[in-house]
Amino acid sequence: MDFNSFIILRQEILLLAITLGLVVGEIFIPKNKKRYIVHLALFLFGIHTIVGFCNIEESSLFGGMFRTNNMIHLFKNILNVGVFVLLLQSADWIQEKVIGQNKGTEFFILMFSSLLGMYFMISSGDFLMFFIGLELSTLPVAALVALETSKRISSEAGVKFILSAGLATGVSLFGISLLYAATGSIYYNDVMTTLTSNNLTLLGSILFFSGLAFKISLVPFHFWTADVYEGAPISTASYLSVISKGAAVFILMILLFTVLKPLMHIWQTIIYVIAVATMFIGNLFALRQQNMKRFLAFSSIAQAGFILLGLISGTQLGTATIVYFVLIYIFSNLAAFGVVQAISLQTGKENRDDYNGLYRTNPNLSLVMMLALFSLAGIPPVAGFFGKFFLFAAAASKGYYFLVFLAVVNVTISLYYYLLVIRAMFIRKSEDPIPFFKSKIYMRLGLIIAVIGILVLGLYSPLYDYIFELSTIFNK
Amino acid sequence: MDITYIILIPLIPFSVFLLLGIFNQQIKPAISGYIGVIGLSISALLSYYAAYQYFFVYGKVDEVYQTFVKKTVWMNFTDTLHIDMGILVDPISVMMLVVVSTISLMVHIYSRGYMKGDDGYTKFFSFLSLFTFSMFGLVLATNLFQIYMFWELVGVSSYLLIGYYYTKTSAIAAAKKAFIVTRFADFGFLIGILIIGYYTGTFDFETLNNPEGSAILNWASTSYMGLSVITWALLLIFMGGAGKSAMFPLHIWLPDAMEGPTPVSALIHAATMVVAGVYLVARLFPMYYFVEDGFALKIVAYVGAFSSLFAAIIAVTQTDIKRVLAFSTMSQIGYMMLALGVSGYKGIEGVGYMASMFHLFTHAMFKALLFLCAGSVIHAVHSNYLKDMGGLRKYMPITNITFLIAALAISGVPPFAGFWSKDEILVAAFENNRLLYYVALFVAGLTAFYMFRLYFGIFWGKETKYEHIPHESPLSMTFPLLFLAFMSIVAGFVPFSELVTADKIGFEGHMDYPLAVVAVAIGLTGIIIAWLFYKKENDLAAIFSSFFGIFYKWTSNKFYFDEIYLFVTKKIIFDHVSTPIARFDKKYVDGTMEGIGNKTVLISNKIKGLQSGRLQDYAFFFVGGVVVLALVFIYIWTN
Repeated sequence: MDFNSFIILRQEILLLAITLGLVVGEIFIPKNKKRYIVHLALFLFGIHTIVGFCNIEESSLFGGMFRTNNMIHLFKNILNVGVFVLLLQSADWIQEKVIGQNKGTEFFILMFSSLLGMYFMISSGDFLMFFIGLELSTLPVAALVALETSKRISSEAGVKFILSAGLATGVSLFGISLLYAATGSIYYNDVMTTLTSNNLTLLGSILFFSGLAFKISLVPFHFWTADVYEGAPISTASYLSVISKGAAVFILMILLFTVLKPLMHIWQTIIYVIAVATMFIGNLFALRQQNMKRFLAFSSIAQAGFILLGLISGTQLGTATIVYFVLIYIFSNLAAFGVVQAISLQTGKENRDDYNGLYRTNPNLSLVMMLALFSLAGIPPVAGFFGKFFLFAAAASKGYYFLVFLAVVNVTISLYYYLLVIRAMFIRKSEDPIPFFKSKIYMRLGLIIAVIGILVLGLYSPLYDYIFELSTIFNK
Repeated sequence: MDITYIILIPLIPFSVFLLLGIFNQQIKPAISGYIGVIGLSISALLSYYAAYQYFFVYGKVDEVYQTFVKKTVWMNFTDTLHIDMGILVDPISVMMLVVVSTISLMVHIYSRGYMKGDDGYTKFFSFLSLFTFSMFGLVLATNLFQIYMFWELVGVSSYLLIGYYYTKTSAIAAAKKAFIVTRFADFGFLIGILIIGYYTGTFDFETLNNPEGSAILNWASTSYMGLSVITWALLLIFMGGAGKSAMFPLHIWLPDAMEGPTPVSALIHAATMVVAGVYLVARLFPMYYFVEDGFALKIVAYVGAFSSLFAAIIAVTQTDIKRVLAFSTMSQIGYMMLALGVSGYKGIEGVGYMASMFHLFTHAMFKALLFLCAGSVIHAVHSNYLKDMGGLRKYMPITNITFLIAALAISGVPPFAGFWSKDEILVAAFENNRLLYYVALFVAGLTAFYMFRLYFGIFWGKETKYEHIPHESPLSMTFPLLFLAFMSIVAGFVPFSELVTADKIGFEGHMDYPLAVVAVAIGLTGIIIAWLFYKKENDLAAIFSSFFGIFYKWTSNKFYFDEIYLFVTKKIIFDHVSTPIARFDKKYVDGTMEGIGNKTVLISNKIKGLQSGRLQDYAFFFVGGVVVLALVFIYIWTN
């Protein structure tokens, strides 16, 4: 390994160093000083995020197992920003609830390990690296889900997650092995050139796809989502719905657009079916959710269905649109989860009815929530509108008009339940509303960054142009 | 001449509106009043400075007042057709700036006293600022589309202010009525604008109004039903103007609009917004004059004259003092329209145009004063009705004197302001159309009569027993009265004929003595009759009204116009058009939609069993999904 390798791997190495540093810190920092860990971790990760924006050359390592280019780099940066905002929003919760149980450092170590796994997954150049990344990104999350060991529901969620994830991994691994059997290689480049459509490769790719579909929580691989989100701490739920899903979408897109390109006409049909099922099931279940975490879980399932509309096009427009939409989705969902987090931390309330009359007592929080939900619902002029618009345009440009029509129907359904929350906050009155409170600085900062993200992405078009330019990489 | 600073004149009230609107709860009422007054004072000072600069320093080049425009393109349609945003400075816009800022400032000051203790004090001032902003924007508009936008904005602020006492059903009804009637008229306005845009390729006032420009020269190129399309457009635009200016038959909203707080009536429904129609015609005057030899302009004249007469007759019989003033306003605006309608374009022939603008200016002063006096009286006796008043001169000396000045001004008694402007209107009418001249003369007599009926009825007449002894209003209310009374005296001496003319070249004003003497004599006659009828309590008025019998009843019921409208809308349109459509909408359109919605919720409930919470089920579905996908696609593949 020469110096150049360090440069190429610098995101991974830096994150690993931070993680190990925290491990050392956990050992040597005395118990009464543990709360500084939060500031330290935030500070280090903030630096990591900023450094991440330095440019990188297109290159590969380890004989093509690890590769990077501007687009992959952009993915990592998007994940970094998302995690940073998430950490800001979780900081108060960690200080108040987790540090006391002596698990503050663990939270960061687990989350950073998982993020590291995602880096490797996105950067993978062969199925082995992909698989290691996938496992590294999934296993720590199980611990994160069950972080509140004192709560039964949290432990249950952890078990559900680890078992479901194990099943998905097994299926996925089986799929990879079938692909290996068919092509004789696990390197993406080799697989791409030798892959032909036959029953073996088809079965292999369906099995492989199912594993990733689990992470994106597509129907029918989504059942774990609601239970796990509900049981997990909000930070973890937010992480699962935003970061984990975003990373999985990125790698799925890379694989579908490059490695599995020879099977394109098949997987387009698969995606079609799954997109329709995912949108409808997600939306129909979201309709009747009372618990905000479950509600956001189903909402995020439905959103994943919309993302598939970009995938199905398989064009440069599709790629750019997915990245853009995921970016918007990250900010919108983070804002929504942030508000839920803030309220839950202050009052322990997590149901929609608890939000009745929120606007009267906490107008700012209500406005943030409203903006986030409008963005998720796709109401102009917030970012979500443009995200959805481009997704639909991408699908329509390939002639999937009926699919777009179904998606529009689903947007209408989703609008209904997003508005239910807004109605609760703004119109409904409550005997016992959530009293006014002021969140701490980290939480407020986290919400503000998310709101700025929603607004800037909607109003500042050069960002989209930039993404569009980069996205030629996967559509040569 | 750098006119950039003029943009501040509308922007200051706009920022006050935002400030008071957003921090409605945080700002103390006392402070919000000051913010409003200070903001508007700055606007007013800027307006005066702009007027001074324009009229006496920079505006005149080679004896002609120039038009200065500063604008940016806002929306582009074609090379020539685009919507601009900007400010246009010419004699009438500067004159209107002065009028709007003066009256608005006085109303702001007055409202601090009048609205004291009201719950929505801050809200009230934010609405006032919104209105003032919109009115400034309307006045300064550079093109038809911009004026249309601000036109709607003044409509909205008028709606908000009429319905300000939103707990009163009558106020809500009045606000809705005003909005719907003017919106209906604005529909015509919009179509007119679109026709103009389509056939001339521009919305720009400067291009449209150029007497040598293609818009005016090519009017005959396309015609529709015997009239040029441009004439149709101008008539439709006038429909919008007639709606805002309460011209017959779109006048029905104005009397009801008196439900709003009295300062609002003074500002919006007497001095500024209601003359927007006059301003609109004046703004497009070259088009009205040149296109099809002024056909549209003739319509304007006749509509104005008829409205003027019609409203004056109704005003004689009304007993609500604000409604008398409302009809009087309608009548005086009719006067202005009439004057525009009989005007020529070049030099002294344009005396009608000048007279109209002159009357707009003086009328704003004394009519606002009349309303504010009425407000002061209502404030003191807590009633709008003449029967609850009488003998108030002893209790309210300042109001008494200022009301008298305003009444003399509107009656055309020299040397008060109304005399000068009304005289010019009569001259213009006399020289162009004798019939309209006699109408105008008769209206002048009626005006003097009903004004003094009001004056004697309020301040003289019978001694009413008051529950609380009425007292003079506080300084914040009497100061605007005194200031406007002063203006009602001196406004007539402004040499309008040298400043504001149709072709923008000043001419030597002159006094036509015989006509003036006749006009004054008519006015005095009206006053004397009123004096006989109402100064002391007597039966003359009752005898006289019973002499007219049925006609009196018609008049006091405003010729049943509200009833006619109600009949047409309720009995015909609602019952035979709207109801069947509504039924169809409810049954089929809504029914389908609701059905879909209910089905969605039903399905959502039916499938909830899938999410059982048991992990083995989840795993079953997971593997099942994989198997189904594999089977289906491999099956499809092998086929």
